[in-house]
Amino acid sequence: MNTPAELNGVTKRFGSTVALDNVSFTIRTGELVALLGPNGAGKTTAVRLLLGLTRLDAGAARVFRLDPRQPRNRVRTGAMLQVGRVPETLRVGEHIELFSSYYPNPLPRPEIMDVAGLRGLEHRLFGELSGGRKQRLLFALAICGNPDLLVLDEPTVGLDVDARRGIWEEIRRFVAKGGAVLLTTHYLQEADSLADRIIVIDRGRIIAEGTPAEIKTRVSGKRIRCSTALPAEQLTALPFVTNVTRDGAIVEVLTSNSEAVVRELLARDRSLSNLEVTSAGLEEAFLTLTKEVA
Amino acid sequence: MRSLLRVYLLELKCEFLKMFRMPAYVIPTLAFPLMFYLFFGIAFGSKSAVSATKIASYLIATYGAFGVIGASLFGFGVSVAVERGQGWLLVKRATPMPLSAWFGAKIGMALLFSSIIVACLSFLGIFLGGVHFAPAVWPLLFVALVGGALPFCALGLMIGYFAGPNSAPAIVNMVYLPMSFLSGLWIPIEFMPKFLQTIAPMLPPFHLAQLALIVIGAAKGSAVVHILALLGFKVLFLVLATVAYRRDEGKVYG
Repeated sequence: MNTPAELNGVTKRFGSTVALDNVSFTIRTGELVALLGPNGAGKTTAVRLLLGLTRLDAGAARVFRLDPRQPRNRVRTGAMLQVGRVPETLRVGEHIELFSSYYPNPLPRPEIMDVAGLRGLEHRLFGELSGGRKQRLLFALAICGNPDLLVLDEPTVGLDVDARRGIWEEIRRFVAKGGAVLLTTHYLQEADSLADRIIVIDRGRIIAEGTPAEIKTRVSGKRIRCSTALPAEQLTALPFVTNVTRDGAIVEVLTSNSEAVVRELLARDRSLSNLEVTSAGLEEAFLTLTKEVA
Repeated sequence: MRSLLRVYLLELKCEFLKMFRMPAYVIPTLAFPLMFYLFFGIAFGSKSAVSATKIASYLIATYGAFGVIGASLFGFGVSVAVERGQGWLLVKRATPMPLSAWFGAKIGMALLFSSIIVACLSFLGIFLGGVHFAPAVWPLLFVALVGGALPFCALGLMIGYFAGPNSAPAIVNMVYLPMSFLSGLWIPIEFMPKFLQTIAPMLPPFHLAQLALIVIGAAKGSAVVHILALLGFKVLFLVLATVAYRRDEGKVYG
């Protein structure tokens, strides 16, 4: 049995802060695992460990049962990392040619261009590409080596809806062909629609793991939306309220008992309008989960 | 084996194209030495008929050194700082790329660019400045100048690992320009105040310029002394670069 990626009892410290605390998970063939967590939860550290970019203090990181710290053990892995800037004076085709040369069995060039949706753009300088196409080129560099494991760190950050869906489409196709994916994302919708399994980490520990549906059922709560003049502090203090966010006049309240909270809201604010009650989604689950631990 | 060679060659090709298409690199490193040479070596020199070719010859050596040093300092210092600081190096290190290919390409690029600069200066000197050296002198001058790029690659590497992506170009300029002036690359060292003449040997460009001048017969002294001085500086910069590299590795990949 071949395990594309595995962290086993991994602990990683930076000085006195613990980035990962005895974390274990595996990613199986044909599976997409999304790693969710607030900033500083340890997502990037986990990604870097699987790419062999960081030393660990305890435990083991393995890709296809090998140590990713050795460059030659990374030939079956493709990675998309967040970068500030890439060399802008190289053409799309030159970037792909160079990265393809790092791997023993790269994909044929036309296939890379098609998969990444860059056909016809080989001669464009990277600096001339739009944001969406830049991201697509980084995706092309991740898949050009014909990998069996993709590690994607926030692959669609800053993209518009169309560009995001385009990348999702390619990620789905990769998984359908038997590829394994580790994805970190800020967009819970992205995790919800792509992931077979979600791992929620917070402060370096795994606090929940399961399918998107399972994670969502971890919270039975509801989301209440309305326009109200009531101050957020007052709402937070109400019983059964787990979280309050305000965006202008619109307030969103997460609660484990929507009936009680709605009654209270209506009693306190006669001018309350646009009332809406919906079931909690992944976002609520995520907020509740990370709050429980806090 | 063949595929590894291909990685090295492609890495060099991309490094070269990347820099060659960047006006911020090409103009200060290639255009400035050539322009200065045209102004001071050829246009100025032709006024004083006595020693016109002498000036044109002398300045090939010193502007050659100036060009080589610029190509190495910018090619290494700025590009290492930028790729490191903005995350591009991290993307490449997540692949199976051997790190030596990345370093190798930068050294190759600095040597290649240095060769272009020296070749262009030589053409200007021969066809516009009437410079005439014995046939054996040209290849020797070429080797001395281009080989002299190596200590400055090490210095650039050191700056690239200590400096951030935004401060690196400024730091390189602050090192490059005063050091070049004080080493007599713009104005012959003999015309400088005595005090400056005594501190010049502490600066590495001085030794590269003197070496080139000895090769063309425009300075006296022992070439070996200057070669040893350049080697010494190279070792010093490499040691410091290694310290900076280790410090960065510990922070980023630790």
